[in-house]
Amino acid sequence: MEVIYALWLREVKRYLRSRPQILASLGQPLMYLLVLGFGLGPVFEKAGQGNYLQFVAPGVVGMSILFSSIFSGVGLLWDRQFGFLKETLVAPVPRIHIMIGRTLGGATTALIQGMLVLTVCLIAGFRPDDFGGTLLGLLFMALIAIVFAALGTIIGSGLKDMQGFQLVMNFLVMPIFFLSGALYPLSNLPGALTVATRLDPLSYGVDGLRGAFIGQSHFGMAVDIAVLGVLAACFMALGARAFSRIQA
Amino acid sequence: MIHAQNLVKTFGDITAVGGIDFDVRPGEIFAFLGPNGAGKTTTIQMLTTLLRPTSGSITLDGLDPAIRPLDARRRFGIVFQDPSLDHELTAYENMDLHGVLYHVPRRVRVERIQSLLTRFELWDRRDSRVKTFSGGMKRRLEIARAFLHTPKILFLDEPTLGLDPQSRNQLWTHVRHLNETERVTVFLTTHYMDEAERVAHRIAVIDHGRIVAQGSPQELKQQTGTESLEQAFLALTGTSIRDESANSADQMRQVARMWRR
Repeated sequence: MEVIYALWLREVKRYLRSRPQILASLGQPLMYLLVLGFGLGPVFEKAGQGNYLQFVAPGVVGMSILFSSIFSGVGLLWDRQFGFLKETLVAPVPRIHIMIGRTLGGATTALIQGMLVLTVCLIAGFRPDDFGGTLLGLLFMALIAIVFAALGTIIGSGLKDMQGFQLVMNFLVMPIFFLSGALYPLSNLPGALTVATRLDPLSYGVDGLRGAFIGQSHFGMAVDIAVLGVLAACFMALGARAFSRIQA
Repeated sequence: MIHAQNLVKTFGDITAVGGIDFDVRPGEIFAFLGPNGAGKTTTIQMLTTLLRPTSGSITLDGLDPAIRPLDARRRFGIVFQDPSLDHELTAYENMDLHGVLYHVPRRVRVERIQSLLTRFELWDRRDSRVKTFSGGMKRRLEIARAFLHTPKILFLDEPTLGLDPQSRNQLWTHVRHLNETERVTVFLTTHYMDEAERVAHRIAVIDHGRIVAQGSPQELKQQTGTESLEQAFLALTGTSIRDESANSADQMRQVARMWRR
């Protein structure tokens, strides 16, 4: 337990000490929120879908958690080649403890990042329905963070260099974001897109966030929680396996 | 203390280590010398459970690290060729985290961190982040850290790479002192022959994955009929230059160097 806590604390400390990075990573969600939120707002309203800022804010929160939790896992790559990872790999501690500490630490920092973005959304004019819904939203944010921090660990354990990272960004992370319904409603989509959005884990996260914050859920929040919970467990198990196979 | 028998490691069709045997006695300082790509680091990685040997056996303090890796790991400390500190944490936090990873009880941890940081002249900088440290300070901190859990064996993989003569000298003084006071067995690799000659009790020269000579610095010189260890080393391994192709780790290191400026 002490080991898991120590490694969790390390991730959180590193995050809190990199203030410029925290600010920089607020830039992208802000762009989506303000430019798309206000830019597409009139069209969205004319199509009879209501206020686009209300609609897109949960998506932007989901996106920021997706990015920061995947990045935390990919931080493994950095640690691995010349950094701190070897120090933990030769320690007399089961690998799974190291993996759990790191992954939960990454999920925690992603959750903090998500809360920052949520705060920015509130300042920009986003209004959740009620306080209870906001609490439920935090639960969804935590679930999203765990799912993707574990996915990040799986990826980070397999990556060898930065080129691989580019591939992951372009062919995995960006599609996860664009197919998640973060930016558009999931109803009445063409057939292929319907299938793709349903296979995307983040769809259930964003849908849950929308259900919790503004009472609009496509799948139903119970389904969202179930899917995210099962995925979190699977990804953690797969991440532990991938991590335990790392050789120097 | 360390016993390797017919140790082999192959990566695909490349044989990095091709069947080596050696014995390191308790309390001894044992140097592993060899040109680039000779198999030094691969050997250390096998000894420290980071790589699984393709075949052959290892015993560390009577334990087989392949069977009981956690017990074996508790018995050694290691300073890697590349820095393995967390640059965002302070010197004290790096030490403390190591203590937690090695299950050093809190009270012992606090005492030993203070005494080691003091001995390695880092106590005044304990609350500075490691990224503000010079190369020599980082190395000292890594060695201090490796001693925190009172290991029986200390592995040093090219610990003086890139250090100035003052830091190198100081580092070896510390290592020798700890070897004498705590009876730690030291297994080291280096490219600097004068260091090996000064510090090591016994030396093994490895080339192309095989041990080509073994003995005290004196014996190696006699064996080759040379006057210095450097000459003996060249006589044993030839004068051709070994080119290692840059692997992804080297490329990453270059990128990292750019970013750390």
